[in-house]
Amino acid sequence: MTSYRLGKFFGRSASYVLLIVMSAATAFPFVWMVGTALKSPQEILAYPPTLWPHELRWENFVTVFKKVPFLRFYVNSIIVTCLITLWQVVTSALAGYAFARLHFPFKRFLFTAYIATLIIPGEVTMLPLFLLVSRLGWIDTYQGLTVPFLASAFAVFFLRQFFLTIPHELEEAARLDGAGRWRILLQIVLPLARPALATITLFIFLSEWDNYLWPLIVTNSEAMRTLPIGLRYFVEESGSQLHLMMAGAVMAVLPILLLFFLAQKQFIEGIAMTGSKG
Amino acid sequence: MSRPAPGPGSPTVARRSRLGTWVADLAPYFRKPNSRQEMLMALSFLAPSLLVLVAFVYFPIVWAFGISFTNWQAGAGTTSFVGVKNYVDSLTSGDFQNALKNSLYFLVLKLPIDMALSLLVALLLNQKLRGMSVFRVALFMPVVTSMVAAAAIWRVLYNPSSGFFNTVLNSLGFLSLRWLRDPNLAMPSVVLVALWKGLGYNIVIFLAGLQSISRVYYEAAEIDGATTWQRFRYITLPLLSPVTYFVLLIGVINSFKVFSLVHVLAPDGGPLNSVEVLVFYLYRLTFQRFKFGQGAAVSFILFAIVLGLTFIQQRVAEKRVHYE
Repeated sequence: MTSYRLGKFFGRSASYVLLIVMSAATAFPFVWMVGTALKSPQEILAYPPTLWPHELRWENFVTVFKKVPFLRFYVNSIIVTCLITLWQVVTSALAGYAFARLHFPFKRFLFTAYIATLIIPGEVTMLPLFLLVSRLGWIDTYQGLTVPFLASAFAVFFLRQFFLTIPHELEEAARLDGAGRWRILLQIVLPLARPALATITLFIFLSEWDNYLWPLIVTNSEAMRTLPIGLRYFVEESGSQLHLMMAGAVMAVLPILLLFFLAQKQFIEGIAMTGSKG
Repeated sequence: MSRPAPGPGSPTVARRSRLGTWVADLAPYFRKPNSRQEMLMALSFLAPSLLVLVAFVYFPIVWAFGISFTNWQAGAGTTSFVGVKNYVDSLTSGDFQNALKNSLYFLVLKLPIDMALSLLVALLLNQKLRGMSVFRVALFMPVVTSMVAAAAIWRVLYNPSSGFFNTVLNSLGFLSLRWLRDPNLAMPSVVLVALWKGLGYNIVIFLAGLQSISRVYYEAAEIDGATTWQRFRYITLPLLSPVTYFVLLIGVINSFKVFSLVHVLAPDGGPLNSVEVLVFYLYRLTFQRFKFGQGAAVSFILFAIVLGLTFIQQRVAEKRVHYE
């Protein structure tokens, strides 16, 4: 009723106009991408250019698939992202619980040491990480792409904060009934932390899916490229063949956008949650 | 009641020296079997993540710091200790200064527009009008789009001969611009893509902040006859300040880490290296020119800049940020 309303200031219709303009401007590049992806090479050069092709050239996608192993990039990205995400969530839940509930020596020191890694930009460790991974013989392998990222201090911190909000009493009752720490964690704490676990899973997945610098450094062969790296090289190679470049972009964007449309509420609320907690 | 051992900082040990505290803290863990068990438990809970952090974060950091004092260059003679030469050389080199300048330019160009625009849209979306979720989804789409794909799309939009922008300019009777190929326009063109890509994220964060402000304040202000502007200035802005601070902090840090966007939009660093930002420079120095020693030094300079800016922001925030 009396909530703060800029609407009174701008007027309701003005708000709508502004929002429609903003949304249209945001969505427009996607329309241009799909339009270009379906054009023939002649129509791209046509003047005046068309927004939507006269004739839809679906074979552009077939051409892209023939030129580069997109499916392979996909599989690589899925393998790498899922491995990192799952492992990070498991290790972070364990460490987060230890920091939230257990008593052990050097707890404060260790917690500070974890948090300290958050302020170190990943770029600082890129060179020694590369040297380390190449000495291990992991260049151009799945180990090289995943192992250095199997722990995340951010996820530990985020889950610890959430575990702290769970009432002690629940766990203490279980302990009086003779439940061990593992059982308490698995049967009481983790089920209660489901929203936080879902949020952090999504958050890690999205950032790892788009990881660029490290896979660029650590992969050599086309067969080991993840989707961002594969797309990047394809963009370079396709040069002036804009229709193929955009067909590649559509293939990279479409699945994650579909996922977003299906679960947009979880996506948006999850991001809002990491923002307010982190 | 059920606490098996005093945790660090418990009242009995609070006044001893730090070392004394640690030793005193340790004692009960070895005496009581209960505590020893819990310590082993904690160790097994922490080990999986701690091992990874030690091997792939702490150790590389120390190693990089060591490398930064050598003249190590892959495939070029013997490596020897050169002291702070790399740091001095970097700070005085024109390439580094250009990269630093570009990073700062990116930050100054992007952040104010980003914050003002995302706050404005969040305020509009917070009105609970019909169809808000549609706008929210549309504005959030670029956030989930891969950065490389986003950059590829915009490369096509900026294309000098058949891109969208020049088509519009031409149809309005203006001459074509060279966008990413124009030394003066290249950085603004990059910033526009970054804005498009990141706006939705900040909108969602601001919206969450706005929704957490209690209505009581606005009701009281209404009774007192406060104008819309006054309510925004004296209620919304102060109560939103922790969120604003978060957006600012993340915005500054991320501005200094921009890489993939620029690397795809302008793989050669742009005309006259006008969009070669710090991480781009670092990447070229280390992985294309293989100057490991100097690259390590530059990475620590980057770290120092980010740390320094975070510290300054924190000092300012102490005075400016209001917590409810």
